[in-house]
Amino acid sequence: MAAHTSDMAEPNRRDFLVIAAGAFAAVGAAAALWPAIDQMNPDAAALALSTTEVDLAPVAEGQSITVLWRGKPVFIRHRTPDEIKEAQSITEANIGELRDQTAENPMIAADALALDKNRTLPGKEQWIVLIGVCTHLGCIPQGQAIGSPRGDYDGWFCPCHGSHYDAAGRIRKGPAPRNLDLPTYAFISDTKIKIG
Amino acid sequence: MSHQSSYRPNSGFERWVDERLPLIRVGVDFATFPTPRNLNYLWTFGGILTFCLVVQIITGVILAMHYVANDRMAFDSVESIMRDVNWGWLLRYTHAVGASMFFLAVYIHIFRGIYYGSYKAPREILWMLGVLIFLLMMATAFMGYTLPWGQMSFWGATVITNLFSALDSIIPGVGTAVVEWLWGGYSVGNATLNRFYSLHYLLPFAIAGLVVLHIWALHVVGNNNPTGVPIKRESDAIPFHPYMTLKDGFALSIFAMLFAWFVFYVPNYLGHSDNYIEANPLVTPAHIVPEWYFLPFYAILRAIPNKLGGVIAMFAAIAVLFILPWLDTSRVNSTKYRPIYRWFFWLLVISSLALGYLGSKPPEGWYVIFARIFTAYYFLHFLVILPIVGLIETPRPLPRSITEDVLGKGSGGGTPAGAAAAPEKR
Repeated sequence: MAAHTSDMAEPNRRDFLVIAAGAFAAVGAAAALWPAIDQMNPDAAALALSTTEVDLAPVAEGQSITVLWRGKPVFIRHRTPDEIKEAQSITEANIGELRDQTAENPMIAADALALDKNRTLPGKEQWIVLIGVCTHLGCIPQGQAIGSPRGDYDGWFCPCHGSHYDAAGRIRKGPAPRNLDLPTYAFISDTKIKIG
Repeated sequence: MSHQSSYRPNSGFERWVDERLPLIRVGVDFATFPTPRNLNYLWTFGGILTFCLVVQIITGVILAMHYVANDRMAFDSVESIMRDVNWGWLLRYTHAVGASMFFLAVYIHIFRGIYYGSYKAPREILWMLGVLIFLLMMATAFMGYTLPWGQMSFWGATVITNLFSALDSIIPGVGTAVVEWLWGGYSVGNATLNRFYSLHYLLPFAIAGLVVLHIWALHVVGNNNPTGVPIKRESDAIPFHPYMTLKDGFALSIFAMLFAWFVFYVPNYLGHSDNYIEANPLVTPAHIVPEWYFLPFYAILRAIPNKLGGVIAMFAAIAVLFILPWLDTSRVNSTKYRPIYRWFFWLLVISSLALGYLGSKPPEGWYVIFARIFTAYYFLHFLVILPIVGLIETPRPLPRSITEDVLGKGSGGGTPAGAAAAPEKR
């Protein structure tokens, strides 16, 4: 026992070997675990940034079209002057009415206010382009087809859990936490956009 | 195994085996396991559940020989199982109905446990293993429902995986990252289908492993019984075989009739017709409803007008079962002897059924209001009522022993009066 006590008192070569081997095994296990976890993330094919070009010329005022981008629907609506007016009625003064006051627009600053001008491209206020996935639990809101329910705010209505979005795709009522996201897009001609 | 082993190897070979791997001993001890003589038919659901698990594994392994886990072929392969594969319709309907039967039995089993206080000391670990099995069953059923790649499969998977995006409201970005990790893409797709298939095949074996632990724990602490009074002497107990094997077998036969009725007469009654429409990522069905066995939890999710709150409430509804043994302050096991608590027990049953009904209805108007009331009751029941009632209630007198409960007073002699009985008076 006396020898054992002196072992405890002074770290010796065996203590060093035990700690070194243990640490090595722990790091090795963690390193081996990572590929097993990371393999589940989107693969190279999914990551390859796909872009979609859309011709807007045939979309008349008041009409909407849906295109597929990265496996998700993108809503494009040619808004009527009434809808634009309604969407622009939210200003800095009354932005408190909105649940989510940020623009959710990846093309501008992350803290930009959810004003209509921050949700559309300058000079193209008649076009609203949104990722058509409800920010609650990922359903596709209704309101694209003529006559389908547009909710209480003349935008989109998600039938799954009752979220109402306005004509600028902002959440107004229901369980969804955020405004509909915007994709990155640009006009490549007067009537053509490139998404992505 | 906790009871005294009665196995005596009676040949040289048996002794040789027993000293190396006591397999025969485990089997014999299983057959002679002392069970309370007063167990009612609610105690047959353990055996029924084991049967369900075996049926699901056998039919599932066979279906896997014909199913194709690919987003372009999955739906058609299920149809070819239904039309082309010999007996494919029977195997698939048995597997699909079997999932419902499994949950029907597990809900009866859980409420049995709550009514008779089967979660109380010394059965806490037994109970928690059961809750864990229930959780894994839900995960397995959810992923299995995705595989036919119908509209409900696709949108059910979308909605449930999106639950994790609620984490975005704690740390922005984390929820989205988790969801994309689960999906293997930017939406539910082929990668999602493949991993769900892999896990759907794996988890039942994890369940089987937990079932072994569950039964092991049962054999350490012994069965609870309708009186909640433990076995005190030999006349309180009977051996598992032949008494319980026969009783379990009879109950299983009745259960199998119900099972067969669903399979042969109304195989699609418990499913949703929209799942016979192939998955379409551009169209969400007007009403997404989960399978019936998830409806109460779905109602709780939707009752809370806040995404993160709803998700937390839904998971808490299961998590609260884990701590149930420590929420109940009553010293009496069986609700039979609890005059106040029994009312609340039935209120809990009614709330759970009502939540199931409300979960199938659109989230609007009165449906939402009632869903909130019943959700509130569900949590109040476990977190407030159960602890308080246990403290203020005077239980009815317990029988002194199981034998006395079965044969009437006078036969309960042998134990000095008041020595072990009447815990309510201590």
